[in-house]
Amino acid sequence: MNYKSLSARPTSNRATVVVGGLTLVGLGVLLVLGLVVSPPDTVQGETVRLIYIHPASATMAYAGFGLCALGSLAYLWPRTRSLRWDRFAGASAEVGVAFCVTCIVSGSIWGRYSWGVWWTWDARLTLTALLLAVFLGYLALRRTGGDPVGRAKRCAVAALCCFLVVPVDHEATNWWVTLHQKDTLFRIGKAPLIHGWQLTTMLLSFVVFGLLFTWMLLHRLGIEALEDRIEEEGYVWAIAERRAEGVAQVPTTGPRRPLPGSGLAGGPAAPTMRAAMPPGEGR
Amino acid sequence: MDPVIRLRSAVALAGRFPVLAGVDLDVWPSEIVLLQGANGAGKTSILRACAGLLRVVAGEAVVLGVDLAADPRPVRRRVGLLGHASALYDDLSVADNLAFAVRAAGGDRRRVAPALERLGLLGRLPSTPLAALSAGQRRRVALAVLVARDPELWLLDEPHAGLDAEHRDLLDALVLDATARGRTVVLASHERHRAHAIAGRIVEVSGGVAVAPADPTGDDRPGRGPSPVPAVEAGHVA
Amino acid sequence: MWRDAVLVAGKDLRVELRSRVTTNQVAPYALIVLLLFGFAFDQDQYILTHAGPGLFWVAVLLCSLLAIQRSFGLEAADGARDGLRMSGLDAAGIFLGKALAVAAQLAVLEAVLTGGIVVLFGARLGDPLLLGATCVLATVGLAAAGTVYGAMAAGLRVRETLLPLLLLPVVAPVLLGATQAWLAAAGLSSGGGWRWLTLLAAFAAIYVALGVLGFGTLLEEA
Repeated sequence: MNYKSLSARPTSNRATVVVGGLTLVGLGVLLVLGLVVSPPDTVQGETVRLIYIHPASATMAYAGFGLCALGSLAYLWPRTRSLRWDRFAGASAEVGVAFCVTCIVSGSIWGRYSWGVWWTWDARLTLTALLLAVFLGYLALRRTGGDPVGRAKRCAVAALCCFLVVPVDHEATNWWVTLHQKDTLFRIGKAPLIHGWQLTTMLLSFVVFGLLFTWMLLHRLGIEALEDRIEEEGYVWAIAERRAEGVAQVPTTGPRRPLPGSGLAGGPAAPTMRAAMPPGEGR
Repeated sequence: MDPVIRLRSAVALAGRFPVLAGVDLDVWPSEIVLLQGANGAGKTSILRACAGLLRVVAGEAVVLGVDLAADPRPVRRRVGLLGHASALYDDLSVADNLAFAVRAAGGDRRRVAPALERLGLLGRLPSTPLAALSAGQRRRVALAVLVARDPELWLLDEPHAGLDAEHRDLLDALVLDATARGRTVVLASHERHRAHAIAGRIVEVSGGVAVAPADPTGDDRPGRGPSPVPAVEAGHVA
Repeated sequence: MWRDAVLVAGKDLRVELRSRVTTNQVAPYALIVLLLFGFAFDQDQYILTHAGPGLFWVAVLLCSLLAIQRSFGLEAADGARDGLRMSGLDAAGIFLGKALAVAAQLAVLEAVLTGGIVVLFGARLGDPLLLGATCVLATVGLAAAGTVYGAMAAGLRVRETLLPLLLLPVVAPVLLGATQAWLAAAGLSSGGGWRWLTLLAAFAAIYVALGVLGFGTLLEEA
């Protein structure tokens, strides 16, 4: 295994193929149901079809941010501390941000036709934009580099701060008087507000978006698992290179000797190292 | 007798670069050990790891009985590190800086005055803001902090740098005095003659490993090479 | 923890006393921001009077950014952060101390800015009790959140540009709550002002708790 073969490896496996296939089929069915089968709304006309995108993407955005917070919590919890959780949090946030953008864009288009404006200063809209902003900040923080452990800890704390906006955003339509519609489907103790094909299509949109979310997350995690491998093997290389610096007389431009298999640095190189570095000549 | 510092295959990373690539080192009570090696060999990193500032991600590291791999924080108050930076505040006066450093480390404010006197920081100097001092004077303030705190283990990184001859002598006297009181000193210095004069033992550092405990007499006995690198615990290296 | 907090706050305030960065630089900056608002709204007295509370809190937010940058700039210089770590001070104490010092400086800035909007915008203030309570809660919240994010960005090369991106969206609830409370106090909005204090109090409580629990983690990662 070397860097090249790692980087050439696809991140697909049986799970992603199955989920990806299901997502494709689901998207096809959703298109047909959403654009052809389901009727236009008596009040909202054709624009009602955006409800097959908008609520589902909002939910997936929340899911992404929620998983990000869970992953961060798992990272901060000493017993489950592992950089895997940090990567899980990062991947979830990325996918969440993608869906959050979809949600805002689809909502904005709907707003243009229903309210006549692309954007209005409304609690729900503003808070969702804020939610996007805080998670963009989180992703910027993730890209700062440096010590991976340090970055993971910083980001985990930041993710928890960012997630605080989610419940406020979700309850915005209940706490403040806003233009935004209240929940259509999940109303405590009441039946959904829509019926028939509309209801079926909308429910399907949640399933399909959920599959799409899972597919994207699996691929992101796959990429990061590969990065993991590169780093792990890089560690062995890095140690060897670092020790080779001690063998000062080796020209730095020459190719560095790779380590045989799993045998780590040390052993055979040691006498050379010692001979090359008599006391008093080390400067 | 337990060693003050015990490193076995200690690995520490800066970002993803292993600044320490498996260090073996024992330092015993009341010793003065000189770390010697080229720039970038890992001397400063060893000192920072022993101070509990640089995380040891693999191998064994015990300083003053504290397992650094588990939690380095308990060791910090018992260790004094004189680094390249002096960790002082430019806007505060010399005396205020010293008072804060001593009290922050849980010490008594009354130790400030003797330390200032010992380092010759007298007259107008205690009330001068740090920003107005020369590099050498700054160094003396950092040393005064060390003297006032009087930790069990002194880690000195290029302590002679920036000091004039008179204060280099003073520094050597302080170090010898400290070990006479049972303190342990590890220093990294390029001032070969001066450092050799006080060091009880010299350790050669290169390529992120302590190559061998070299003998100050120059007797070139065969040292053992660095031990194999231990696997890094999951979650420590990316 | 409290002993350490007092020690650190004392140190930060002593640094401020010697360097006078807040009084000589940030306070004039705050007033300049108010003047710019005046130009931006073309000296429309009606808008300025009615938007006064909102502009006041925007100015406070901008100043808090500077105060936080300064607070962590101190620790970034000359390895002072390592000094703090080596001292063995309690991390929660360091957090509370730094937040207290920032809060004290913000309080001074708020006093200056209050004078500013009264003189420059002709703003009415109203119920002093509500105004004062809002200031206290908002200041605690801003200082706590700022200290958490300041420490988060402190070790990074890109801290100057990253901090506003991280901090400003997060403290938006403070802007919202404090502005609404001030509008209510001045009789410029119909709603009651006191319910907004719940939001401010919750924000402050959450960030103080987060800071006390999480600051050690942030401080360790230089």
